[in-house]
Amino acid sequence: MSSAPKTFPDARGRFGPYGGRYVPETLMAPIEQLERGYAEASADPEFARRLDDLLRNFAGRPTPLQFAERLTAHLGGPRIYLKREDLLHTGAHKINNCLGQGLLAQRMGKSRIIAETGAGQHGVATATVAARLGLDCVVYMGSEDMERQRLNVFRMRLLGARVVGVDSGSRTLKDAINEAMRDWVTNVRTTHYLLGSVLGPHPYPLMVREFHKVIGLEAREQILRAEGRLPNLLVACVGGGSNAIGLFHTFIGDASVGMLGVEAGGSGHHLGEHAARLATAAGYGGARPGVLHGTYTYVLQTPEGQIATTHSVSAGLDYPAVGPEHAWLALEGRAEYTAVEDAAAIDAARTLSQTEGIIPALESAHALAELIRRAPTMKRNQLVILNVSGRGDKDMEILARYL
Amino acid sequence: MSQTPQPVPSASEPQSHETRIGRRFAELRQTGELGLVAYVTAGDPSLDATRDIVLAAAEAGADVIELGVPFSDPIADGPVIQRASERALRSGTTLEAVIGLVAELRRHSQVPLVLFSYFNPILQMGLETFARRAAEAGADGVLATDLTPEESVEYRRILRQAGLDTVFLAAPTTPDERLELIAAVSSGFLYLISRNGVTGQRDRLPEDLSALIARVRRATPLPLAVGFGLSQPEHLRALMGQVEAAVVGSALVSEIERAAWPAAAVEAVAARVRALKGAGRVR
Repeated sequence: MSSAPKTFPDARGRFGPYGGRYVPETLMAPIEQLERGYAEASADPEFARRLDDLLRNFAGRPTPLQFAERLTAHLGGPRIYLKREDLLHTGAHKINNCLGQGLLAQRMGKSRIIAETGAGQHGVATATVAARLGLDCVVYMGSEDMERQRLNVFRMRLLGARVVGVDSGSRTLKDAINEAMRDWVTNVRTTHYLLGSVLGPHPYPLMVREFHKVIGLEAREQILRAEGRLPNLLVACVGGGSNAIGLFHTFIGDASVGMLGVEAGGSGHHLGEHAARLATAAGYGGARPGVLHGTYTYVLQTPEGQIATTHSVSAGLDYPAVGPEHAWLALEGRAEYTAVEDAAAIDAARTLSQTEGIIPALESAHALAELIRRAPTMKRNQLVILNVSGRGDKDMEILARYL
Repeated sequence: MSQTPQPVPSASEPQSHETRIGRRFAELRQTGELGLVAYVTAGDPSLDATRDIVLAAAEAGADVIELGVPFSDPIADGPVIQRASERALRSGTTLEAVIGLVAELRRHSQVPLVLFSYFNPILQMGLETFARRAAEAGADGVLATDLTPEESVEYRRILRQAGLDTVFLAAPTTPDERLELIAAVSSGFLYLISRNGVTGQRDRLPEDLSALIARVRRATPLPLAVGFGLSQPEHLRALMGQVEAAVVGSALVSEIERAAWPAAAVEAVAARVRALKGAGRVR
């Protein structure tokens, strides 16, 4: 490691070469206002106190770090611990960031929040926080995702949010972000864009990481208490990469702790069949550094720079770009990235359900699928923390087809 | 990218007054006309059609042509230009092909040509290659919608060296100190976004537009072109004497979308340009 983790991103939002701020001029002033607002809130003990109170008493933190006894025995490899973000209110880690940004929007005097959602988890978490804080809420969701995650659409509507279907492009997460950015550029004076991953223009990748780093802070303390030593490996799925960064960040300076990000391998290795941006070593093609949605990072694209369509059984991983900090961790060799295909994720969801009684989100099942592959090569005294980023209730209609 | 962002341009940055854009604005200043900047998405519905449409628009009085490079994820555009981009991508339009169109247009016309693109296609071609090819083809300037002054240091150096104007956007949300930054990095003209929002036609001009124009005026001596939401002759009449040019995009793209066949699109765009340009001549 050449650099201490606390120094990234730099003042211009760069993680090494990645990150930055590429937006239409109309958004520059509100983004600078957001950067100042976030800096002020970060220095305000009252903000920290309110956020901590909501995280504990509303969202359900701290989440357990559970020793997965039967899964460990089943795989016959390292001792596996599960970070149970699936137990949080709304069923995924997303609420950590939504509470932080929701409080920030309120502190900045914004009465309306907008969000994009893929699987619907970020949309539900945003709608929940909007209801709790009394803010207007509009969620943009690709019409294909609305179909495959319709239970989450009902939840958002029940919570009082307006869900707007997006029919352009691939009708998935990337198109929902396009539409949210168009709304923001139009309603910029009243509206905060509650972006749901470590993506977008600076300060989003920094801010979203900071709101999720509680995952790693808790896990570090919990594993030290349980085992008296640091883990050998952290495993998390990577769509935009917020749950993975949340777990990884605290351990970046611990050179003995390996980090493994698992992307969506979809149905094949060709461009359009997967959503693997950093897993080039695993043979997935089509990703190169480029600019999408305000940040410079690895993007699946054509040689001419048109953004590619992606495929994954998991809507939350189905996105052509990856958070710039992950691109940087990959460049530095600090974290390793690979991908697993749809079928392996489905199998892994079944395995966790039947060994531990936990139905994981299909996103989180990708991380487990890779761990299932690696476990036989690891030693029995090694420690692994797997981030169970969300629960699988939302995926029951998909999982039901494989029963 | 190895660029080290630095917001303020160096004094040695060449300020180009030699492009067709600068000359056209000098002519407009002499005649007192309001310039008309006409936007079309290149390749909608085909590059051949765009060639004919652009030549007809120039013939009908358009002072500057903005050739939109289609992009898969046009976050700054409303539905009309989104659909145009989709049609253009379906017809196989690439940045390289749009530059080829510029070269072909140059064989027939000296109308100033600005490439209007999202940044990623330019970045993927490579800044050096892009600037060389665009300049050789006869383009005069480039506007990258999602490239801010802060991130554009390399881009500006390379494009200016190739003799291309770098047009940047200012918006109603832009504070005064940013206006100065934008003015300092722009050449050819400064594109002023009339309202917060995406591209697309509106019935009327924003009420605070004159105050916004006055604020930008104080920041720069560059010619100003106002765009976003302009479609009617009375919009242009209202801008006479306030700015040097008006940008009309979605209204022209709608004509192309509505036309039953390419020749009808050529005629409809030319008629619309004549009507708009006529409004910009009468005081």
